Amino acid sequence: MNSVDSVKAPGAVDTTTAERAAASPPEAAPSRISALLRVPTLGPLGALLLACVYFSFASGRFLTGGNMSLILQQVMVVGTLAVGQSAIILTAGIDLSNGAVMAFGSVVMTKLAVAGGLPVWLAIAAGIGVCALFGAVNGSLVTLAKLPPFIVTLGTLNIAMALTHITSKEQTVTGLPTVLMKLGDTFPLGQTRVTYGSVLMLVLFAVAWYVLRHTAAGRHLYAVGDNPDAVRLAGVDVRRQLITVYTIAGALYGVAALLLVARTGVGDPQAGQTENLDSITAVVLGGISLFGGRGSIVGALYGALLVGVIRNGLQLTGVDSVYQILITGILVILAVAVDQLARRRRK
Amino acid sequence: MTAQFSQSGQSSPSSQSSPSSQSTAQTPGAGTDGVRPVLQARGLVKRYGHVTALDGCDFELLPGEILAVIGDNGAGKSSLIKALSGALTPDSGELLLDGRQVRFHGPADARRAGIETVYQDLAVAPALDIASNLFLGREMRRKGVLGSVFRMLDHDRMQGEAAGHMAELKIGIRSMKQTVETLSGGQRQGVAVARSAAFARHVVIMDEPTAALGVKETGMVLDLIRQVRERGLPVVLISHDMPAVFDVADRVHVQRLGRRVAVVRPGDIEMSDAVAIMTGAAPGNLAAGNLAPGNLAAG
Repeated sequence: MNSVDSVKAPGAVDTTTAERAAASPPEAAPSRISALLRVPTLGPLGALLLACVYFSFASGRFLTGGNMSLILQQVMVVGTLAVGQSAIILTAGIDLSNGAVMAFGSVVMTKLAVAGGLPVWLAIAAGIGVCALFGAVNGSLVTLAKLPPFIVTLGTLNIAMALTHITSKEQTVTGLPTVLMKLGDTFPLGQTRVTYGSVLMLVLFAVAWYVLRHTAAGRHLYAVGDNPDAVRLAGVDVRRQLITVYTIAGALYGVAALLLVARTGVGDPQAGQTENLDSITAVVLGGISLFGGRGSIVGALYGALLVGVIRNGLQLTGVDSVYQILITGILVILAVAVDQLARRRRK
Repeated sequence: MTAQFSQSGQSSPSSQSSPSSQSTAQTPGAGTDGVRPVLQARGLVKRYGHVTALDGCDFELLPGEILAVIGDNGAGKSSLIKALSGALTPDSGELLLDGRQVRFHGPADARRAGIETVYQDLAVAPALDIASNLFLGREMRRKGVLGSVFRMLDHDRMQGEAAGHMAELKIGIRSMKQTVETLSGGQRQGVAVARSAAFARHVVIMDEPTAALGVKETGMVLDLIRQVRERGLPVVLISHDMPAVFDVADRVHVQRLGRRVAVVRPGDIEMSDAVAIMTGAAPGNLAAGNLAPGNLAAG
């Protein structure tokens, strides 16, 4: 800010500038409070803290290290899916297929490791690979065939689901090598035990935040969701960029598959049926606009944690889990309403 | 009416090494005085099926001038501009930048050659801040390992330079961190103009930059166009807004039926006369040039 002011100062006083200032008054320098209010993650963070405060009064067991670790562990699969989902929604797309793709990836990696006799690392790579391939197919259909993301991913959702059942023959894959469940193991942090998987999720969020905020590729991703024509005219290959985003998101679903396997200890063909909507819920609660180009990936983490905290807190206070679904539903509508309202005010 | 135009058309023979050129390069009415044009087009032809958008069109842009291009709908204005900005490859004819022949296979080619275009529909990303918009597609990275390995952007440097570019054009905006959507229409166009002026080395093309703006904001953008000229960059201005054209342009290229039919100076001619040439109610001052061998056609 200081450097900006010093550059502007010399040319500030002359008649043409004064005239122009009269024609269209320059925006007043944003005050600190209004600047803070524009931080898109403030709402989700506030809601998360509010929920935490409420439940720590409602239940003595809520605010303990063990419980916090448990929430993280319950959130890690949907959270990882939400990283990929956020990137896609920021480009003004949507991915309905991610839960089904994750289930397929988990069946592929467990099946290859158990029945295929492949080395575990190769099985994991293959599982992540097929998920990335699904992402690449989604991205190619969206950009090259110019089909709407909603329809494309609805189609690949069904394809992935069918392939999951065909590959697994409806059988849950059991007897996994322990290495495949390594991410479900814990390490001590103070007096609490934390799973490696939760840490991996947080690391993925951190990396995604860095890429989106501090690299050209990340800024282009926002810009594509905002005004794709401007990005194209700026000489960026928008199609290649979108295909890359969907492919990386697919690979992240593969990582989520690995976390799912680590948490459940099996390859479950019935898994991943609600996770697509759960990941969209996390993204929306996190204040990322469904219209693309706006929001922060950190918000999606808050959104995923918010759902996890509400579920966990209601369980601790002995409330039926149906109410968790009810509350989440209301929150989603609220979050989208806020986004819509902000959008209308900008127009 | 035509008597007003200086008919000093001394045809310099199609010089240099371009035997393919069909029409003889002719000095237009509002004299180029032997100055080498920054950007020049000779005998551009572009057909879409049996629709001829450009029919042997010539064009010259001189150093440090604002050249307006006017013409009725369907006169080939936008095809000409697209050819100059690389968005369209003409079927025949040649393009010279600083006297050297160039061929553009896309807007990126033209941009690399130093020709920047400001588009009519405000090609900015509203949710991004001013600095990000200015450097969109040309981001600066940090020095050292942070930039080369971690691809980290240098936000501070981009904001500083953005502020410099905006100040140079005397656009009164305080913070480069402001998102573009918080700006007025004129200020948004200011961002687009600053962006082109910052990166253009030879030419800035502005396609209907005031079409979406009100009266006051139009005045502001015209000021910007003059500021760009002050910086030594010649400007091609495409506009329907005749008062704006006559206010700001040094010369006016009149396009009709896919050709340049006249080049006039706003001081030498009434606006209504220019409109008459544009609509074909009056003859242009370049009829002879356009009827060169190979271009013989009715009209």
